[in-house]
Amino acid sequence: MRTLVSAPSMVSAGEFALRCTGLQRYLGEGEGRVHVLKGVSFEARRGQVYAIVGPSGCGKSTLLYLLGLLDQPDGGAIEINGQPMSNSDDVARTAARGAHIGFVFQFHFLMLEFTALENVMMPMRKLGRLAPAAMEARARSLLEAVGLGAKTHRLGTQLSGGEQQRVAVARALANQPSIILADEPTGNLDVKNSALVFDLLTNLAKDNGQAVILVTHNPEIAQRCDVTRPMRDGLFV
Amino acid sequence: MSPNLRIAFRFLTAKKRAMLMSLSCTVLGVGLFIVTQATTSGFEEFFVNTLLGTDGAIRIEDRKQSTMQSMEAAGGSGAHILQREGVKYIEGVEEPQLIKDAVRNFANVRGVSAVLRGNVQVTSSFKSDDAQIFGIKLDEHRLVSELERKITTPGGLGKFLESTSSVLVGRVLADRLQLRVNDTISVNARGESRRYNVAGIYESGSRDIDKTRIYLDLGEARSLLRRPTGVTFVQISLHEPNRAREDAVHMEDVLGHSVRPWQEREKEWLSVFRALRVSSAITVTVFTLIASLAMFNTLAMIVLEKTKDIAILRSMGYERRDITQIFLWQAAIVLAIGALLGGLFGAVVTWGVSRVPLPINTLFKTQTFIVSWSAWHYVQAISTAVVMVMIASLVPARRAARLEPGDIVRGTAQ
Repeated sequence: MRTLVSAPSMVSAGEFALRCTGLQRYLGEGEGRVHVLKGVSFEARRGQVYAIVGPSGCGKSTLLYLLGLLDQPDGGAIEINGQPMSNSDDVARTAARGAHIGFVFQFHFLMLEFTALENVMMPMRKLGRLAPAAMEARARSLLEAVGLGAKTHRLGTQLSGGEQQRVAVARALANQPSIILADEPTGNLDVKNSALVFDLLTNLAKDNGQAVILVTHNPEIAQRCDVTRPMRDGLFV
Repeated sequence: MSPNLRIAFRFLTAKKRAMLMSLSCTVLGVGLFIVTQATTSGFEEFFVNTLLGTDGAIRIEDRKQSTMQSMEAAGGSGAHILQREGVKYIEGVEEPQLIKDAVRNFANVRGVSAVLRGNVQVTSSFKSDDAQIFGIKLDEHRLVSELERKITTPGGLGKFLESTSSVLVGRVLADRLQLRVNDTISVNARGESRRYNVAGIYESGSRDIDKTRIYLDLGEARSLLRRPTGVTFVQISLHEPNRAREDAVHMEDVLGHSVRPWQEREKEWLSVFRALRVSSAITVTVFTLIASLAMFNTLAMIVLEKTKDIAILRSMGYERRDITQIFLWQAAIVLAIGALLGGLFGAVVTWGVSRVPLPINTLFKTQTFIVSWSAWHYVQAISTAVVMVMIASLVPARRAARLEPGDIVRGTAQ
């Protein structure tokens, strides 16, 4: 396991796909209000795979959702490819998610009424960078790459858990985002499928020079990442 | 197909039962709206058409005489006794030709006919009855009524044209007197009795008209009723009968006669029909309200079940307005199919209702239920459904758009 100590001053800003400083986040209200993130700073370079590890409730997932612009911080700054995003409005954050960020969630989160091919094409259809034929060709090649070339027209309900997660990986890569965020991507899979999904995610991301940040409880997965950042009580340790 | 429409379609087809329920309510709402409007306005239109076809759109009746007077109280006290401004009428139209010439200058006027009316007693070989003579010039009267079309006996108006001593008798009166074409009747007016040949029997559609009215040549009527000049009224038909009120006001100003449009002439019956229309509008609005509540329920259910999908879409770059659109598209799809099927359902039921036997022989005469076929009923039904269903759909659609993806994912991950 390698641990990369961030040294922003030594690295040009263009190498960082994502950077955050002093992130603060409170959850809950009134007496139940909890200070979940207590000034977290983090940087992710292109082509590197980062694991955020730590006990349940330490703020890993909350940090991931903030980095993915799914949630807004109570303090601190986030930059995506050099663009400050922490104070941007919902439309700008949504556009940045569509163009720069791919998500893989623990529970697959496929849209079950759609086929594997349609699930992968969905982010491309929204972004609209490619013509419909090119979208379909790219979706097919991504599904081929995750080993589901023969199941492109199967509905989400007709795929196993491992297959659904592989479709989710293909979908996260669909718009060629610079950042892949994965929340326990193997948490719901057996050992064989865990290794398969992790390898797919990291190999495809590295091939395309994408920064991969994953939250995991699995020490074996964490060990295979380029950088591991342990968290405790809302701070990196 | 836009991505949002594609997603909306799949969401909807995944909830087949709920969607079919919403669709059924929309079809029923639109269809029943159409049927109710068609049946309500059917009788009203029939009544109005019967009136226009017999009595015309406008009648010019009595000449006006201004009676405004003011008096100053004697003694120059400065006090004024003012008589209320009013109008007196002199019965009948004294100069029908002048009035007809003036009326023909109005652009909306289609035809003008002078009519002399008088009370008579009619005697057949069977019995006697009271009646009213309507003296007309047939060439003129053809343009202001549908008399020709309403002759039910063979030969039409031919025999009436051949001789001035022939009459047209209403069906009800003819039945009472047991008259047939070519029978002879004796008409008694002002102490003088004359014999006329029945040239034809008509059915105007209105029992009140058919039981009293006898048409006779105007010249012969003048002789019978001893009215060498003037007429009782001038009957006018219009290209656009609905503009009768405006034209009547204008004519009254110009001609100095009392001018009554059909809307004023029959305002009691028209107000009854208007009350029926309002009542049916309330009923059909309730149908549509039920359809919109069903749509609200379906969409609210889909929002609850699809929060995870909403989070996925938002994480992939779909904006809040995309989410709103996806849910409004679902409503629009149901509305489009519902409007189409509802329109068909309405048309089929309206046709079925029009075949229902319903003999009426009082205010007007019909053998079956009368319906009105108007595209406007379909436009109204669909527009009402669109407005109500879309308003009902906005609430769940906006709720879906307001969902924070972070909250959803965090909730699922926990």
